[in-house]
Amino acid sequence: MIRLLACASALALAAPALAETITVEAGEGAQERLQEALILAEPGDEIVLGAGRFMLMDGLSLDVDGVTVRGAGMDATILDFSDQQGAGEGFLITSDDVTVRDFALENPKGDGLKSKGADNIVYYRVRVTWTDGPKPTNGAYGVYPVESTGVLVDGVKVSGASDAGIYVGQSSKITVRNSIAEANVAGIEIENSRDAIVENNIATRNTGGILVFDLPDLPVMGGGNVIIRRNLVVANDEPNFAPPGNIVASVRRGTGILVMANEDVFIEGNVVTDNPTAGAMIIAYTQPFEDTRYNPYARNVVIGDNVFADNGRDPQIDGAELLLAAFGGALPPVMWDGIAQGESGLRVAPRTPGWTLGLSTPGQDLATGTPGPLSVPEPLGTARDDSAIGAPAALMERLTR
Amino acid sequence: MTRGLALFGAAAIALAGSISAQSQKAAPGVSDVAVLETPLPRTLGEFGFFSDASRQIPAAGVIPYELNVPLYSDGADKLRFLYVPKGKQAVSMGPDLLEFPVGSALIKTFAFGEGDARRLIETRVMLHRADGWLALPYQWNAEQTEARLALAGARVPVTTPGGEEISYRVPNKNQCKECHSIDGTVVPIGPKGRNLSGEWLGRLHDAGVLDAVDDGMDTMTNWSARDTTPPAQMARAYLDVNCAHCHRPGGSASNSGLDLRLEQRDPVKIGIFKRPVAAGRGSGGRDFDIVPGSPEQSIMTHRMASTDPGVAMPELGKSTVDEAGLAVIERWIAQMETP
Repeated sequence: MIRLLACASALALAAPALAETITVEAGEGAQERLQEALILAEPGDEIVLGAGRFMLMDGLSLDVDGVTVRGAGMDATILDFSDQQGAGEGFLITSDDVTVRDFALENPKGDGLKSKGADNIVYYRVRVTWTDGPKPTNGAYGVYPVESTGVLVDGVKVSGASDAGIYVGQSSKITVRNSIAEANVAGIEIENSRDAIVENNIATRNTGGILVFDLPDLPVMGGGNVIIRRNLVVANDEPNFAPPGNIVASVRRGTGILVMANEDVFIEGNVVTDNPTAGAMIIAYTQPFEDTRYNPYARNVVIGDNVFADNGRDPQIDGAELLLAAFGGALPPVMWDGIAQGESGLRVAPRTPGWTLGLSTPGQDLATGTPGPLSVPEPLGTARDDSAIGAPAALMERLTR
Repeated sequence: MTRGLALFGAAAIALAGSISAQSQKAAPGVSDVAVLETPLPRTLGEFGFFSDASRQIPAAGVIPYELNVPLYSDGADKLRFLYVPKGKQAVSMGPDLLEFPVGSALIKTFAFGEGDARRLIETRVMLHRADGWLALPYQWNAEQTEARLALAGARVPVTTPGGEEISYRVPNKNQCKECHSIDGTVVPIGPKGRNLSGEWLGRLHDAGVLDAVDDGMDTMTNWSARDTTPPAQMARAYLDVNCAHCHRPGGSASNSGLDLRLEQRDPVKIGIFKRPVAAGRGSGGRDFDIVPGSPEQSIMTHRMASTDPGVAMPELGKSTVDEAGLAVIERWIAQMETP
């Protein structure tokens, strides 16, 4: 009897009484049928997208909490926006506790899959592709969570974004893992965000592989507490194709990992090879600004043990030839601008060579620096508490159900 | 006997109904149940907002209104109506949005074509229910006899007043909310005290539907006077009405940091030498939202002048360029003092 009762309550937990599965197939009227399902869904429902190509003319959107949208696989269910006529993105999510998984978006005219103010979101095995390859007319962001607390991006694949493939902005409690960013301007970008882990990803053929930025004049600033670990950051050599005016248009071709402004950034256990300008670049914000709330310095950036090889062989930097000659044919893997706020600049593990531009003030003209070999302290070696960094455990658990 | 009387009474009511239907096309009035309770009314007719819907003749208690500066919608003729339940009153918030009592509704019909050729495309309603505002789109049938709920939106071929053939977009229910939300709560946009005529507000007050007419109301210059109004004044009013429902703290575009509300005084926040954040190719290769003195170098004008999704602003609610609006913004930026 007791066992029976226990069974019943377990069932009740596993299946909320009214949760429904709504199946939507590709074909005639897919736009209206899918959008209507997204509007009429109730919390707990799962919208299942059949295999095939959904031809879509307008952006889709979801504004119901606790809904899962599941396709038949990132190569089987394709939301095709090649003929999109309206909206700023392919698919917009504005509700909490949503899971999107196992489908693809192709050729959205603006951003791909965006979630705004959508807490505790999971992106799992979704793909966003601009199928013509890198082009400035492609949309800006592929996977684009913004203004959210609790973000898990796992197993996604983005290519062709004219800004960032995977972009997390103005958010906190973030994990980006097991994902592939290829042939975007920025592969993975964490911007104006806190408590983020970027791990076990592949970033290749982008202009810059993994970027950690903090920018002024935004509602949320003060980015930091970011761990970049165990990623493959390989051969990011795409000429920058971002439309000018955007901050990523200033990223040098061939940058592996780039930290600009921010505090407490930890780079460890990565394999960083064949990035022509630099393996890791640590710099202050370079533009003039008037926002008094903003700190342009990179503070307490720690480069631990990583594998660096064959970086800095064709740097996109003024005076590259002289520099290459001075450093014996290749620049050292770590490049710092030399700009520190007090003592809190950069720490680098022993046996990791680097060089500095020898600047001292944010925004200082590059030509006025005195470049030279890097000489900064080693990491302190004190234990760090990572438990409060990254996406909440409940988001990982959602994937095992 | 009692039953007989009741039957007789019912017959009399039915008769009266048919007489009034013949004489003035039955005006049963607004259904407060549809406004307040019916989960998703399937047709516009269920609300009873119109005594003659295809001619857009409002029912008793439904009041037409206009805005000093309208939102651009591909040049559609927009017919706006307000319904406040009998015995209730809207509250003046000075220049800001009127506060409407629960049970109120805002109704807006979009039409193209003049005179007999006028075709109703869609009617959007906002219903003030006990748990907040609900925004719903209704699409008119080809016969122009009824509008049906279009939860998922629609596309309709339309010829604009400028002669352009466009695929006009009826927004879906979520897209209604994209513009009509602040911090995730649905709110009306249009009827702000500053953007309503003093004369209309006065009549509303006299009728007991509005509690007061206050300072700060009717302060926006009428759009028809745009050519003779100081550019900054007209431009800021235009941006407030056309852009600030998203570009404001808590709005759909809050993450851009651009705040185009009339009351915003920080030059960077309204775009002056503000760098783009998530503009992508929307930047058009330009560095700042607004470069004083140089509309041709400003992202704002570039995006207003585009119809390409991914570049065009606003993102929703228009498929054509608002040439008159663009001209006002260009004039404003051109006459700004360069630093």
